[in-house]
Amino acid sequence: MTQYRDRIPLPPPDAQRTNMTCHFCIVGCGYQVYKWPENREGGRAPDENALGLDFRKQLPALGIIMTPPMHNVVTDRDGSRHHIMILPDKECVVNQGLSSTRGGQMASVMFTGEGPSRQRLYYPMLFTGDDWVETNWDQALQVYAGVTKRILDANGPDQIAFDAFDHGGAGGGFENTWGSGKLMFSALQTPLVRIHNRPAYNSECHATRDMGIGELNNSYEDSELADTLFYIGANGYETQTNYFLAHALPNMTGKNLEKKKQWFPGESVAPAKVIFVDPRRSLTISVAEHLAGKDNVLHLAIAPGTDTALFNGLMTYVVEQDWHHERFIRDHTSGFEEALKANRMSLADCSRITGVPEADIVKAAEWAYKPKASGQYPRTMHGYEKGIIWGNDNYRIQSALVDLVLTTENVGRRGTGVVRMGGHQEGYARPPYPGGRPARYVDQEIIQGRAKMLTVWATNPFQSTLNAEQFREAVHRRSTIVRDVVSKARGASATDLVDLIFDAVENRGGLFVVDIDLYHTKLSDAAHLLLPATHPGEMNLTAMNGERRMRLSERFMDPPGEAKPDCLIAAEIANTLKALYEQEGSTEMAARFAGFDWTTEEDAFNDGFRKPEGIDSQGGPTGDLATYDRLRAMGTNGVQLPIKAFKDGTLVGTEMLYTDYKFDTKDGRAHFQPAPWNGLPGTVETQRKKHRFWVNNGRTNHIWQTAYHDRYLPFRRDRFPMSPLEMNPDDAARLGIVSGDIVELHNDYGSAFAMAYLEPDIAPGQSFMMFGYDNGVVGDVVTDWTDRNLVPYYKGTWADIRKVGTMKDYKRTVSFKRRRFLSA
Amino acid sequence: MNNLSRRRFLKASGAAATAGAALIGSGLANAQERAAPGATTLPYPREAIAKASGLQDNVPVAFNYPDAESFCQIIKTGSPVPGGIGPDGDIVAFSTQCTHNGCPLSYDKEARTFKCGCHFSIFDPEMAGQMVDGQSTENLPRILLEHDTADDSLYAVAVEGLIYGRQCNLL
Repeated sequence: MTQYRDRIPLPPPDAQRTNMTCHFCIVGCGYQVYKWPENREGGRAPDENALGLDFRKQLPALGIIMTPPMHNVVTDRDGSRHHIMILPDKECVVNQGLSSTRGGQMASVMFTGEGPSRQRLYYPMLFTGDDWVETNWDQALQVYAGVTKRILDANGPDQIAFDAFDHGGAGGGFENTWGSGKLMFSALQTPLVRIHNRPAYNSECHATRDMGIGELNNSYEDSELADTLFYIGANGYETQTNYFLAHALPNMTGKNLEKKKQWFPGESVAPAKVIFVDPRRSLTISVAEHLAGKDNVLHLAIAPGTDTALFNGLMTYVVEQDWHHERFIRDHTSGFEEALKANRMSLADCSRITGVPEADIVKAAEWAYKPKASGQYPRTMHGYEKGIIWGNDNYRIQSALVDLVLTTENVGRRGTGVVRMGGHQEGYARPPYPGGRPARYVDQEIIQGRAKMLTVWATNPFQSTLNAEQFREAVHRRSTIVRDVVSKARGASATDLVDLIFDAVENRGGLFVVDIDLYHTKLSDAAHLLLPATHPGEMNLTAMNGERRMRLSERFMDPPGEAKPDCLIAAEIANTLKALYEQEGSTEMAARFAGFDWTTEEDAFNDGFRKPEGIDSQGGPTGDLATYDRLRAMGTNGVQLPIKAFKDGTLVGTEMLYTDYKFDTKDGRAHFQPAPWNGLPGTVETQRKKHRFWVNNGRTNHIWQTAYHDRYLPFRRDRFPMSPLEMNPDDAARLGIVSGDIVELHNDYGSAFAMAYLEPDIAPGQSFMMFGYDNGVVGDVVTDWTDRNLVPYYKGTWADIRKVGTMKDYKRTVSFKRRRFLSA
Repeated sequence: MNNLSRRRFLKASGAAATAGAALIGSGLANAQERAAPGATTLPYPREAIAKASGLQDNVPVAFNYPDAESFCQIIKTGSPVPGGIGPDGDIVAFSTQCTHNGCPLSYDKEARTFKCGCHFSIFDPEMAGQMVDGQSTENLPRILLEHDTADDSLYAVAVEGLIYGRQCNLL
């Protein structure tokens, strides 16, 4: 941002222009980056600026979005300074020119060498026992690879733990998942890996995949075409914003009726009806009611954790009404009768368990599954996210939902789909995971004293894992053993340090902790070595969004100091290990670390995504058709994976999966899976009985992930200096709590602190806390219970709440007005 | 109070103010800065908006500032608020073109917030225009006000924050 907040420099007509996909949420909005020398600026006449707009007069509403945070001044490594402006791209079919509050700040989070960006890591950093000192890559790699080798040689790979991203966008991408994955899985061959938001190496969508249906199976356009939008534990306005605004909104207001008629001749069309399954009345529900009218929105406020019962009740009712799709079930699925028998639940039982009136369950079934006036079955899109992903028994709920979807053939037809709405973008290409299923519960192993080394790669489990207080305590305790040893190592060479650290982890219970990140984090407080990484804009990076749309975000500036792309950090580590094994003549081990002779991120892309045979890649077998040049030419619209062909200079993609009824199973049939309702897990039920408040948790619109950038931005930090906790006003009054008070949540697992934010839409006995924040970590009160595949039940949290006290400054500077958009 | 002191300076030297205003009208990019070496603030006009005693609590009044194409509202909140002026420290004014995509904001008397019907951003006039929720990356631009106790007039004197749809607040 310029120092003048009432003006903004314009890009001149000859400004450099490159493609950028927003690197935050799953939606992946398209942006254009303009870059030009600092000593120039465009004029206000249309032919004097790159935007072609006439800034001599007021521009109309719904035109360009261009705010001061979309501009910055950066310094490249050659010392040249440049303006950058990152504007949402009207030509991108995803966001159609819209920016979200997160993506709209991309320019503000780029490295400038000034202000908050001085917090970025410039160089590898070594902890000397009581302080961080800068070091160079050679020294850092000698220590990292040296300790790794000693542990690998003495214990084999399963004492070498990682906590790594597996996604797209910043801290991810096909280049970086491949680089890190090749290091972890085919070079080191360690199974002791957890993923950024969960304690093991697993999928959040094992169930739907087992049933033959990948979780991203439609296009955003399908939500423009659906008769009914059925959202389950998904808060689209806050968490997939421009998907909601650009695609679902026009369907809710009826703006798409002509389009629906054209697509589906002979079918009755109407503005979308919208069903929400969510114990909380979310912001999205209030917005949907405003758009579609209250009569067209149905909120099923189920009792926490009872989703499975709801889907089973709906499935039973649909079959009783004879609204199931017999021919589809017969020709393209298996296991229907068995699942129906296991899942069968009466309307009365469904209502009793979920707390939803029978009439509303019937209404939901009619809206979503009853044949339309024109006779056809309705097209219902089911979108789910953390309410299910992090709900009561991930595998079971997802099975129950997909059973219902298969019963009603809401997959493979345009206007339908059963999709996760998504958190991060995707960008997975890795060798097969060298462990079983269920994988290893890495957090527990570390807590119990196993694992000798932990590399935390672009993640921050101290803010984003379950049972976080105990995990932090164990990591700090075991890290301190190594720190104590290092602090006494005066005059030690890299080889000496390796010996000392290895002794501390091998013989004294220590844990060697390495953090690869953009910034110092809460986790790095426990680390011994920091390696500086880059993010999009500083490297070329490919990823795909929630409709499998793959784009290339182009590098347009230099990273700070000696920071490197994650894939090249992986390569440096592998190459150092290879050299160490070669030095001692271990050709077999050296060979395991071969194949990392990359000099650019494109080399990593070509080595992984473009050679799909034998690896797990979201690009599938046709990944080799994608090249950087081809993707660059496809701009911000990219191509939807899997790629079908490269034809006439264009990559041709896939809009919807399973239109041919060939599902991802051996026999090509989609599989029903029995998913009988079985209540809350015992661990969770114990906490529920003991504590007064249900602590629901999730994102807010303002804050992305762990706030790794946001905590340095006043616009974000001033809004939420501490994790907000939405509470029912009557509950708060009984505890003497008002908005802006600091409160403590506590249960058998730990305690978390938050800023009270009273909200009448929160039901009595419930609360909602922001997830993943640095100041107030809800994971501290989340139990260690997981489903069969080690997926946590973050939402299964109960705690008591007490008032800590008043914070006058919060009350002076933070708005506690209602965040819901209520129709006046 | 840079804007206040600058305003006084301009008032004291009418010739400079007139010269600046003439150049603004010329349409030259950033002409105002070239017109006034040493200045780091824009030469905003000083315009009478309303009488403080004429405002009712929680009832906004629309006005245009710094020119006819920029829509603003002034509101007396009824209790002291950040940036509030007037006898009770409760009068504030904002640009009411959403900082996200420029749609007109409407005031919700019950919620006491400005709301955008296009993409549902919400701003709090009682907390310096803070975005309560929504899609912008900026709080509401504040119209800086002065209260003349002699005749109870409220003057708009500057804008803090960029008005939607402009490269510069002064066209």
